[in-house]
Amino acid sequence: METTDSGASATQEAPRFSRRLQQWLPKLVLSPTLLITLVFVYGFILWTSYLSFTKSRGYPVHELVGFLQYARVWAQPRWSVAIHNLAIFGVLYVAICLFLGLLLAILLDQRIRQEGTLRAIFLYPMALSFIVTGTAWKWMLNPGLGIEKLVREWGWTGFKFDWIVNEDMAIYTVVIAAVWQASGFVMAMFLAGLRGIDQDIIKAASIDGATLPRIYWRIIIPQLRPVFLSSVVILAHLAIKSYDLVVALTGGGPGYATDLPSLFMYAHTFTRNQLGMGAASAVMMLLTVAAIMVPYLYSEVRHARAGGH
Amino acid sequence: MPEPAGIDSRPTGDTTMQQHWDTPEMAQGKGSLRSRVVIYGLLGFFALVYLLPLIVMVLTSFKPLSEIYAGNIVALPKQWTVEPWVSAWETACVGLSCNGIKGYFWNSTKMTVLAVILSTLIGLLNGYVLTKWKFKGANVLFGLILFGCFIPFQIVLIPMAAFLGKVGIASSTAGLVFVHTVYGLCFTTLYARNYYIAFPDELVKSAMIDGARFFNIFWRILLPNSGPIIIVTVIWQFTNIWNDFLFGASFSTGESAPMTVALNNVVNTSTGERPYNVHMAAAMIAAFPTLLVYIFGGRYFVRGLMAGSVKG
Amino acid sequence: MASLEIKGVKKRYGTHEILKGIEISVEAGEFLVLVGPSGCGKSTLLNMIAGLDTVSEGDIVIAGRRVNDFHPSERDIAMVFQSYALYPNMTVEQNIAFGMEMRKVPKPERDAAVRDVAKILQLDHLLQRRPSQLSGGQRQRVAMGRALVRKPKIFLFDEPLSNLDAQLRVDMRTEIKKLHQRLGATIVYVTHDQIEAMTLATRIAVMKGGELQQLGTPAQVYNRPANTFVAGFMGSPRMNLAPARLQRNGDGLALEIQMGDRPKAQIPLPPQPPAVSAYAGKEVIAGVRAEAISYRRASNGNDGDARPIVDATIEVTEPTGADTLALLTLGGHEFTARLDPDVELRSGDKAQFRIDMSKLVCFDPQTERLIS
Repeated sequence: METTDSGASATQEAPRFSRRLQQWLPKLVLSPTLLITLVFVYGFILWTSYLSFTKSRGYPVHELVGFLQYARVWAQPRWSVAIHNLAIFGVLYVAICLFLGLLLAILLDQRIRQEGTLRAIFLYPMALSFIVTGTAWKWMLNPGLGIEKLVREWGWTGFKFDWIVNEDMAIYTVVIAAVWQASGFVMAMFLAGLRGIDQDIIKAASIDGATLPRIYWRIIIPQLRPVFLSSVVILAHLAIKSYDLVVALTGGGPGYATDLPSLFMYAHTFTRNQLGMGAASAVMMLLTVAAIMVPYLYSEVRHARAGGH
Repeated sequence: MPEPAGIDSRPTGDTTMQQHWDTPEMAQGKGSLRSRVVIYGLLGFFALVYLLPLIVMVLTSFKPLSEIYAGNIVALPKQWTVEPWVSAWETACVGLSCNGIKGYFWNSTKMTVLAVILSTLIGLLNGYVLTKWKFKGANVLFGLILFGCFIPFQIVLIPMAAFLGKVGIASSTAGLVFVHTVYGLCFTTLYARNYYIAFPDELVKSAMIDGARFFNIFWRILLPNSGPIIIVTVIWQFTNIWNDFLFGASFSTGESAPMTVALNNVVNTSTGERPYNVHMAAAMIAAFPTLLVYIFGGRYFVRGLMAGSVKG
Repeated sequence: MASLEIKGVKKRYGTHEILKGIEISVEAGEFLVLVGPSGCGKSTLLNMIAGLDTVSEGDIVIAGRRVNDFHPSERDIAMVFQSYALYPNMTVEQNIAFGMEMRKVPKPERDAAVRDVAKILQLDHLLQRRPSQLSGGQRQRVAMGRALVRKPKIFLFDEPLSNLDAQLRVDMRTEIKKLHQRLGATIVYVTHDQIEAMTLATRIAVMKGGELQQLGTPAQVYNRPANTFVAGFMGSPRMNLAPARLQRNGDGLALEIQMGDRPKAQIPLPPQPPAVSAYAGKEVIAGVRAEAISYRRASNGNDGDARPIVDATIEVTEPTGADTLALLTLGGHEFTARLDPDVELRSGDKAQFRIDMSKLVCFDPQTERLIS
């Protein structure tokens, strides 16, 4: 019976070194990522913030000037346009995505036979780069050769669709392209939410005589509140970060008509040699994002900790 | 009542397999024909709208330039030609050099593959440590790492440019690999952590009793059973890194630029008569890898979207 | 030399004490069952024996060696988990051999050991299968095989049968008992099911709230429970416990049960030990098992049976097939009786019952401990 060595009877105690190593190994393995995060996320945030309070232009200058750079940013008419655009774009983007996403999700929830294919069609834009999206829509919205020409050839000869080169309307083209890209994702979220609803509640409502639209309006949609919330947060976050799409679609133009804080920041940092202003605009972008994410994260964590599943 | 995945939960699974419910009318086989027509009609219409840009891109990329000016964007090519594709690949002008986008495609490939592998591997190890090895403050550390996913990257552009310059990897594929790995770690760690939290602790305990230590447990027990999350992570990282533009535009110039930067350059800096067909072909080439991944990895793509973006 | 000694073991999480000082000694070849309600600390204790959890205070000694600081794989133990914990990516053979692989046992030895164990557990034909292809009972046997092949000093079982359905549970229980008898292994077994505890154990450790309530043989725990908790926890149906008064009855004692102003029941008792007699005139908690109460057919007359007779009303009957459990009201208090299956009584009937008062146990009403 005493044949196989079961390890412990032969050795009295494992060598000290390997034992200590084993204890520290998990922390050792995690530390590179921690270090990287500390330096390249938090450290860099601090550095950029610091720069935003200095007199830096083409290169960093270590002379603190208080809120000068922020004032200079706000003094730029281009910045007001950018902020204004962000507001319009953000609100429309979020609202239309929510509406379309919910609509498509509800439609797809009706026992559609080709549901898988349709879902794939609505979602594929998410797989594309914003540059590709911007390029494609830029072509489609080309005044003279794109949709304008198409509709005219179909008989509506007076049709005008030159928004993309129109100073007042160009921002709406960004909305169109952005909604096209992201609404599929919102649809996927709502679909998952719809599928997670307790079927028995709905059966009870049916027995109570509620019609389908009623059931959706009074019972199902209210239960989707968490999905609404998540979607709004994520979409707002995406809107604030929007850069690639605008660059490809309009380049910020015509003029500065479709400028956004992200473009403002890039331009002042890399082309205009205004590091201080670039940093200031970046900090403001961060604060805006934080204003949305922090309360949301906080409530999610508390919710999860209280076991509110 | 299940909600979108929060911090403590696993990626939501496939949404296709849920049961449906019938209203009494449907159960009695009296589903109104009219409403079905409306529903399918609407869906068909939207499907067309969503497909339109893709269709237009494809059609345009196979037309000779003359037809583009003569016809409209949905007109089928009278004369199908692959010349725009060849042109895009071989001779399109990016900046001052006119050698097509093939070089940049290769840049993106190198950058993406390396960054995906690195960030995924490190992320898996992180998730493993955070869930299977109890130590104080694991959750706090996780939160610290997670925060990195939410920052607008504009905030790190300036210091990162300086850093890459100092270390000597500015304007190189290595630099981009570094940047993408660093900022991809939060996502890969998140995915792995949520996945491993649900991984049975008893398997780890059993392996411990069997004598497996830290790395053995990871290689022999966890990793072989991590198929789904590896696929999700790889797909998510591949898509995001391949599609990135901001980092590419900020940290690379000329020869080391990724595909997206090259594409933007091709499309937006042509003078004179614009070769729209070449532009579209270039865009399609740029879109191919991620589209392919999407088509073949659809289910995992969705899982990644839900778990990553629905992040609480 | 004891196989396992748990000496003054305590476990604290922050300021919260989960285990409050456990003292148990297990001899070689014993089958010790740790039983108790959820949260009583039995699994924590098992994990500490295995080395999967740290000891806050006290010692764990295996075969004379203090193992507190030893890695689980160095303690000469093997563990079978509730979820079997079979590695899904390996075949049955690889699962069983994994531990040996970790210890760098050469392949021929590994194969031989696996074959031996497979034969004992009748797993020969399953060796190349994956866990997902096995039934619950087969998985359990593979888990046991993995433990067996280590030839440990102690086997630890953590609720291994909880995931099985009722019939399979009974079958596997017998398998485990047969294995114990054949191997003479030392086993520490955790369960919340007191039937498993009773049928498998050579000794039972009843736990509650991190404290050891009683350590004894199944018979001891069943017939002489150390306190009212053990009395109510072990045995199904649970022991009948009723507040009562010990009255002097001539030369001896009688038990008087009365709830409020319901009719009193007075039951004469056989001679009691001095500890119990000391409670004469005082309140006690009386405990008697359901099988001590039997139906007295009116026709039997006085058949020489010395057991006292009481009158009671039937509230509910529960025929189980093997017997009929009847809920009686006696002295205003509810008692469960285990009656012959062919007794024909219905709810509402008044009848006479005999109670075997030699099986009576009394508990102090304040301390709830056994009076002995």
